[in-house]
Amino acid sequence: MSRRGISLTINGKAYQREVEPRLSLLDFLRDEMRFSGTHVGCEHGVCGACSILFDSVPIRACLMLAVQADGHDVTTVEGLCDEDGAPGLLQTAFQDAHGMQCGYCTPGMLISAQALLAQNNDPSLEDIKDAIGGNICRCTGYVQIIESIQLAARRLREAEQ
Amino acid sequence: MNRDPGRNLHYVATKRRVREDKRFVTGQGKFVQDVVLPETKHAAVLPSPYPRARILSIDTTAAEALDGVHMVLTGEQLAVDCNPIRLGLKLPEVKWYPLAVEMTRYAGEWVAIVVAEDAYIAEDALELIEVDYEPLAAVVDPEQAFAETNFLVHPGHGSNVLYHGHFLWGDVDGDFAAADDSLTFRARWGRSSTVPIETFGALAHWDEGTEILDIWASIQMPNFVELLASTLGYPLNNIRLHQDVDVGGSYGVKRGIKQSVLVAYLSRKLRVPVRLIEDRLVNMAGGDAHGPDRIFDTDVAFTNDGIIKSLQIRALDDAGAYPGRAPFQLAKPISAIVGPYTINSVKYEAISVATNKTGQVPVRGFGQAPTNYMIEAAVDAVARHLGLDRLEVRRRNLIPSDAFPYQIPSGSNYDSGDYHMVLQKALDLADYDELVQRRDKARTEGRLAGIGIATCLEPGGGNNIFEYLMDPTAEITTFMEACEVKVDPQGKITGMMGTTTSGQGHETLFATILGEELEFDPDEIRIVHADSLSALPTRSPVASRMAIMLGGAATGAAGKIKDRALAIAAFNLAIALEDLEYSGGTISDRNDPSRKLTWAEICFISYRAYHKLPPGMEPGFHAQFVFQVPGGGQLPDAQNRVQIYPCFSFQAHIPYVEIDPGTGRVSVLDYAIAHDCGTVINPDIVRGMVIGGLAHGIGAALYEKFTYDNEGQFLSATFADYLMPSVHEIPDVRDVEHCTPSPLTSHGQKGSGEGGYLGAPAAIASAVNDALHPLGLSISELPMRMSKIEALINNGSK
Amino acid sequence: MKAAKFDYILAGSIEEAVQVLENGGSDAVVLAGGQTLMPLLAMRLARPATVIDINGIAALSGIEAGEDEVVIKACTRQATALASPLVQAYLPLLAKAIAHVGHQQTRNRGTVGGSLAHADPASEIPLAALAMDAFVRLRSSEGTREVPMANYFLGPITTARADGELMLGVHFPRQPGQARIGTGFHEVSERRGDFAVVAAAAQIELDDIGRCARAALAIGGADAVPRRITQLENRLLGTSINEDGIRAALPDIAAALSPGDDQHASAAYRRRVAGVLGERALLDAMREARQ
Repeated sequence: MSRRGISLTINGKAYQREVEPRLSLLDFLRDEMRFSGTHVGCEHGVCGACSILFDSVPIRACLMLAVQADGHDVTTVEGLCDEDGAPGLLQTAFQDAHGMQCGYCTPGMLISAQALLAQNNDPSLEDIKDAIGGNICRCTGYVQIIESIQLAARRLREAEQ
Repeated sequence: MNRDPGRNLHYVATKRRVREDKRFVTGQGKFVQDVVLPETKHAAVLPSPYPRARILSIDTTAAEALDGVHMVLTGEQLAVDCNPIRLGLKLPEVKWYPLAVEMTRYAGEWVAIVVAEDAYIAEDALELIEVDYEPLAAVVDPEQAFAETNFLVHPGHGSNVLYHGHFLWGDVDGDFAAADDSLTFRARWGRSSTVPIETFGALAHWDEGTEILDIWASIQMPNFVELLASTLGYPLNNIRLHQDVDVGGSYGVKRGIKQSVLVAYLSRKLRVPVRLIEDRLVNMAGGDAHGPDRIFDTDVAFTNDGIIKSLQIRALDDAGAYPGRAPFQLAKPISAIVGPYTINSVKYEAISVATNKTGQVPVRGFGQAPTNYMIEAAVDAVARHLGLDRLEVRRRNLIPSDAFPYQIPSGSNYDSGDYHMVLQKALDLADYDELVQRRDKARTEGRLAGIGIATCLEPGGGNNIFEYLMDPTAEITTFMEACEVKVDPQGKITGMMGTTTSGQGHETLFATILGEELEFDPDEIRIVHADSLSALPTRSPVASRMAIMLGGAATGAAGKIKDRALAIAAFNLAIALEDLEYSGGTISDRNDPSRKLTWAEICFISYRAYHKLPPGMEPGFHAQFVFQVPGGGQLPDAQNRVQIYPCFSFQAHIPYVEIDPGTGRVSVLDYAIAHDCGTVINPDIVRGMVIGGLAHGIGAALYEKFTYDNEGQFLSATFADYLMPSVHEIPDVRDVEHCTPSPLTSHGQKGSGEGGYLGAPAAIASAVNDALHPLGLSISELPMRMSKIEALINNGSK
Repeated sequence: MKAAKFDYILAGSIEEAVQVLENGGSDAVVLAGGQTLMPLLAMRLARPATVIDINGIAALSGIEAGEDEVVIKACTRQATALASPLVQAYLPLLAKAIAHVGHQQTRNRGTVGGSLAHADPASEIPLAALAMDAFVRLRSSEGTREVPMANYFLGPITTARADGELMLGVHFPRQPGQARIGTGFHEVSERRGDFAVVAAAAQIELDDIGRCARAALAIGGADAVPRRITQLENRLLGTSINEDGIRAALPDIAAALSPGDDQHASAAYRRRVAGVLGERALLDAMREARQ
C-alpha cells in the first residue's frame, strides 16, 4: 500500500502531502494537518460531527479518503473565521443565540448552516431542518441552533441590503 | 446564604453571551483528542465477541511482531500490577478489571489492548491477536438473573443480586387499608443512555523525572483521581488530572476509569504518552456507559377523589456485568420518591442485579428519570381508573405553594416551589383548551392524537448520603464544592474552579456570580480550571449541582475578597466598617464619598505596601471558599429518613403527539414546558439545558434502546441501530420560566441540568397513552417504538 | 474504526476500471459515493485488496433523456438526480424516492448507481427502479449486457452483477407523453432519513378513457429483495381504478411477501405495514393520475 501525493486547498491555502490510501479525509485533516475543529463522532456517516465543505458542498469527512481530496477544495470550521481568526457572521450569530453547549457538534452544524445560507439567505424553518437534519446534537435539543441560523440569515440579508 | 430577593441584579439573570461559545464556534475547543503531546502512541482495544466465555489462551506474538506496534497487553498481565476497580457498593467478589481476567462477562468486554504508532496500525494488530474462548451460556433477563442460582455473572459472589434493600416510610399498610381503592401496574424503563457525540478518551503521560502521571480525559465525575490511584496503586498526589479539557457532552456517563487506568499503565511502561480514544463501536458495547434498565412494579392506594395516599414500589434494575456506581441510581430517587405530590407513605424495595451485559453507569438524573416516569404513570393510571381528568388529579395531589419547605416521607425537605402556578403557566403556554380541540378534531378525522401531562421534580445540589442508605458503612456526609478567587496586582480577577465542564457553561456561571458580587463586568473576569493537584476540593458537575454549589463557593469567596478590601479601607481611612460603602471595587466613606480607596489602591496595598495592611493581615489578595451542600452533613435517622439533595426544581411538560395507526410511528408535534429552577443565572444556558434535556427524554421515550438478543449478543453498536433524535424528531419547543427562589442558595438558584430529561419521558408516555386511550389500549414500556405501538393497535402477535 | 490496508486506483476510464475489476475479482471493490462502502471499510466488514475510485470518470456521470428512455449514469450524485429537471419531469417516482434517501450531505456524495449496486432490500432507489421497469447496463471485459430490475435482485445486498462487472448506468423507460401518470412513494422509519423499515413505490398509468394501462407496486424491506406485487398489478390492469378496487387488491401484498425479523421490526409488522404503505402509495398514484 504505497503512499500517494495529493495537492489540495484547505481554507483557501494550498498544501501538498503524501498519504496512505486508507487514511480517511477526517483523520488527514485532524492528525496530519492539525485542523482540530472538525470532530470525530461515529466514523460511519451518521452523526455529522465531521462535516466539511468539499468544493463548497457539505459532506461527511469520515466517508471520504484523503486521496480523494487531491485537486479539490476543503473548508473546515476554521475557514469560516475572518482573516484575523475572529468569528465570522455565522459564528457570531451562534454565539449570540447560544446555539451550542458542549461544542462538539458545533463545527458540523456551522458547516451545514454555511452551505445553506450560501444558497439561500432567507431559509424557511423546513429548509433549516433539512440542512441540519444529518447533524446530531445531544446537548441543545436543536431549538437554539435553529434560532442561531435564523439570526445569521437575518443579519446576512441586512448586510446585503 | 441567601441574598435579599429584592436586590437588583446586574449580571445574574440577564442575557449574556456564554463565553465558552467563542472557542467552540471557531473550532478551537480543546477536547481530549485535540491535546497533542510529542511521541504519543495510540491504543486500540480488542473486544470479546461472546456474552460470556472463559478465556483459554491469548496469543499476542503475531500482533507484537507487527511493524509499528509497541506493546500488547492482556488482562492477566495487567492484573499482576493493578487492583480491581473499586465499585460503589462493597462487593469483594465482583471484580472489575480494565481487561478481562479469565472470563469475559459481556459481548464487547475488552480482552487485550495494543499500543502502536497510530490507530490504524493498532487496529491491524488487533486482528493478529489470537484468543481461544470457551463460550458459555449467558444470563440476560434480569428477573431470571435475580432468581438464578446456576448461571452467575460473578460466581464468587454467590448470586447475581448486587443489592436488595427494603425501605419503609410511614404507615403504608394502614394507608392501603384505609384507602378507597388501589391499583397495580408495571412500568419498564428500557436500557438507554445519554450517548454523547464525543466518545470517551484519555491521554496519559508518566513523567519519570517528576514521578507525576499527567492525564487528560473527557471526564465528568467525582473521585476520578482517587479511583485511578486506587486501581493503579499510586499515591493520590502522583496524579495530575488536567481539567481544562473541554468535554464533548457527558450527561453523567463519562467515568472512564478502565480506559484511564490502561493508558496510565501503558504510558509508565513505555515511557511515552499513550492515548486511547474509544471508537464508536467500542464505545457502545464496551464503554460501560449504559443507563438504568429498570422494571417497576407499583401499587398505588388512593381515595375516590383521586387523592393518592401511598405507594408500594419494587424496582429491579439490570446493572450489567460490572456495576460501578450504578446501583446507587436506585437510591438517589429516594430524594423525591413521591414526586411533587402529597403522598403520605412509601414502601420501596430496590434490587440491583448483574447480567451478562455492558456495565451501567450513572446517567443524567441518577435514576430520577425512570422513577419520575413511574410516578407519572401512577398518577395517570389513577385518573384513568377513576374517570377523572389527569390535570385535576394532579391539582388535587400537588404540594400546595404555602406548604414549603415540605418534608416528604423519606425525609427530604423540598425547599420551595409553586407547582400549581407552574402547571398553569405550562397550560397557558400550550394553549391547552385549543390543544384539546386540536386533539379532538384530529380524532374525529380518524387520527390518533394525544396530549401528555407530566409534572416532575429535579432534585439538585448533590449529596452522597444515598450511598449510606444502601451501605451503612459508607458514612459519607460531605459533598462540597470549592473555588479560589484571586485579584492580581493590576486588579484583574481570576476565579479557579476545580473540575471539568461538559457544556454547562460553568466558566460563564462562575464569572457572572463573581462579577455580580464584586461589581465588575464578568467579561473582564478570567476563569480557569485548576488541575487536580492544584484544585481545591470538588465533587464535579453531577447531580445538577454546579449552579448551586459553585455559585455558593463563588459567593463565599467573593465575600471574603470584599471583606479583605473593606478591612484594608477601614484601616487606611480610619473609619468603622459600617460607615463604608463598596461600589464597583471603590470603597468610600458613606458620609463623605470624597474619602475613598480605589480598587487599584487596595491592590497596591495588598501586594506592595505592607505598612498599610491592617495588623495581622497577610499580603496578597485572594480567597478560598469550600461550600458544603446545604442541608447536608447528617446521617439518616432510624427510619432511613434524610435530606438527600437540597434544592428541588420543578417542570410541567405538555406535549402533543399524533400516532400513525398504520405504522405506529409517533410524531411529537408540539411541546410546551414551564420550568422553575429558582433564580436563573444565565437565561440562555438554562433554556438550553431544559430543551436539551427534553430532547434526550424524547429519545429515551421513543427511539433509544441498547438491544440484546436472547443469547446476550449486543445489537446496538452503531448509530444505524441506536437511534438518537435529529432535529426532525424534536418539535419546536416553547418554554416559559417561573421562579421560586431557593432559600438555601447564594442567589436563589436551583439546578437545571437534568429537568428536561427527568420529565419528558413521562410526558411523552402520557401523550402516547392519551392517544391510545380511545382504543382502550396503553403501553407501559420505554422506548415506545413504532413496531410495538402498531402491534398493540392492530393486535398483532409481536 | 480504521480501514484495513488496500491498494487504491483512481481509474481514468471505464476500460481501466473494468480491467482492474476483472484482475481483482472478489478482492476489488468500486468506490463511487462512498456512503455505503466507507462505513464497511471502517468497520472492516469489507477488506478489499483493491479499491477502484470511479469518481474521476466523466463518462460515468450525467443524465440523458432520449426518445424512449432516460439514462442516469452510475456515478451521478443522488443530489444531482434529485435536482435534475429531467428526473423531475420524466421520472417522478424516482424523484420522490430519492427525496427519502439519507440526508443532504449523504446525497451530495452518494450515487444512483452505488445505491443500485449495493441493493439493500429496503433502499429507495432500487425500489423505484424496480417499480419503473428500469434496467442496468453492466460492462465487463467481455462486453456490455443489460439486466432488467426484475432479474437483478437475487438476495439481500446480492445482485446479478458479477465481480468483474462495472455498472455504467440505469435506464428508465421514459413515460409516453399522452399517458396520464401518477406516482406514490411512502416509507416508514423511526426517524426521518433512516433506512426505511418498509417502503412502497407505486405508479399508475391511465389510458385515454381512464382505465389502468399500467400499474406497478413495489415493496421494499419486507422480503429478501424488493418485490413487485404482480398479482395486484394484474388485478388492477384494465380496470377503472378506484379506492374500492385498490382496497380489494391489498391482500395480494401480504401474500407476495416473506419478511424477516430483526431488532427494528418483526416479520408480522413488516407484512402488515407493507399493506398499509402499499395502499397509501397506490391511492396517491391514483389521485395524481386522475388530475
